[in-house]
Amino acid sequence: MKVAHYWHCFVGIQAREWLRFWQQRTRFFSALIRPLLWLVVFAAGFRAVLGVSIIPPYQTYITYETYIAPGLCGMIVLFNSMQGALSMVYDRELGSMRVLLMSPLPRPFLLITKLLSMGIVSIGQVYLFLLVARLLDVEPPAWGYLAVLPAVLLVSLMLGAFGLLIATWVKQLENFAGVMNFVIFPMFFLSSALYPLWKMQEASPWLYWLCQFNPFTHAVEAIRFALYLQWNPAAFGITATVTLVLATLATAGFRPQRTRILASRPSSPQAQE
Amino acid sequence: MTIQANRISFRYGDKLVLRDVSFGLTPGCFHALLGPNGAGKSTLFGLLTRLLALQQGDIQLAGKSLKKQPAEAMRRLGVVFQHNALDLDLTVRQNLQYHAALHGLSRGEARARGDRELERFELLDRANDAVRNLNGGHRRRVEIARALLHEPSLLLLDEPTAGLDVASRQALNRHVRALCENEGLAVLWATHLIEEVHEDDRVLILHKGQLLADGAGRAICEAEGTRDLAETFHSLTGAGST
Repeated sequence: MKVAHYWHCFVGIQAREWLRFWQQRTRFFSALIRPLLWLVVFAAGFRAVLGVSIIPPYQTYITYETYIAPGLCGMIVLFNSMQGALSMVYDRELGSMRVLLMSPLPRPFLLITKLLSMGIVSIGQVYLFLLVARLLDVEPPAWGYLAVLPAVLLVSLMLGAFGLLIATWVKQLENFAGVMNFVIFPMFFLSSALYPLWKMQEASPWLYWLCQFNPFTHAVEAIRFALYLQWNPAAFGITATVTLVLATLATAGFRPQRTRILASRPSSPQAQE
Repeated sequence: MTIQANRISFRYGDKLVLRDVSFGLTPGCFHALLGPNGAGKSTLFGLLTRLLALQQGDIQLAGKSLKKQPAEAMRRLGVVFQHNALDLDLTVRQNLQYHAALHGLSRGEARARGDRELERFELLDRANDAVRNLNGGHRRRVEIARALLHEPSLLLLDEPTAGLDVASRQALNRHVRALCENEGLAVLWATHLIEEVHEDDRVLILHKGQLLADGAGRAICEAEGTRDLAETFHSLTGAGST
């Protein structure tokens, strides 16, 4: 296989994802409702309760909306990646996954490309969210919008790989409700997305350490620092290392027989769509 | 031989679902894989398409080992799955282009080959229609056209007529037979419908994970002392033919 084959395959997978995205554009916009509700309603209610002191990367006092915006970007990616990874092995994408796996190119390459293509669609959502947030006075520096791009892509790959790993290996988590309760919510709440960790430390050292061990905390911080044009080697280093480990485990350990890709009968009529 | 399966065994946990299965498929020949539900057909397809990893034995596709040279082997394989594997919201051409890209073909090449296949299947005028607007028979033809885009030497079809009406089933069967004859493709057509199998086809009968018969349909009937394939199938598997 030549480099050109890989390139055509890479482009083809991205193109298909964008075509699908265009077909489902209403879903794309409705997925924005969730983070916007947090930003507009939740933040308005909580801004009085939570005082935010000056913490890096911010150089002045900031509003609570400004604080949670990067965390909500993380939330968009978290939901998209988990839902995307689940659909790869359980429902909507089963047909396209069968076709994908018939490619002669190496499976890890195919799976990573697929995860990246879903990540690129997440990036579109993150930018749209940041645009709306700007109208609500969340105003990171202009270059921050560019600097955040690799961070969001890295985080989406990390979470997509994690989603694929658990969807393949944890039978109990084969529906989105299970993943939401046992993966998405704990990851989101045990992170720095909604509150700075020093607040958590005051409340409970145990919870603080749980947050510190949660890769999503570092993913949110990587997004936050990039958005404000500051380099946070720890956040980036941890996110990149976790991404590498999860992507390796998810692709090397991928077994179609542990998913519905092989199943002779689909689980639901939706599976045939 | 286009395909050579050597002593394949496969177990799920403690359950042995394929036992020492060996067979070869010849270019230009229509092979029917017959077996009742639970015979092991899906497992065999899983192994041939590399969705399942081989546990024992090996499969050679055009001389390339699926175990040792999977990329080379997969390039020679075209597959039509039992269940729809098309994106219903995308057009016929977009579906073909996705598949072509997965095989490393450029957009230009993909389009040329896609149009050629669609023309052969009399679907070129539907190229820009969403798959959702095609009937079941046409969708199946698109799937076969797609499976042929990368010019494989072996075409696997897993119960391709499932869910089709009688007329579409017969038309599809005729189409694939013509392909086999004209293109020199080796075809493996899995089914439980005896009427889709002719007596001069190569017939493989799988039952409870074992290959009970492998040869020309007529020869198998003579060896079993039966009148036709339906009776042979019944006497070998105890299953009613449909």
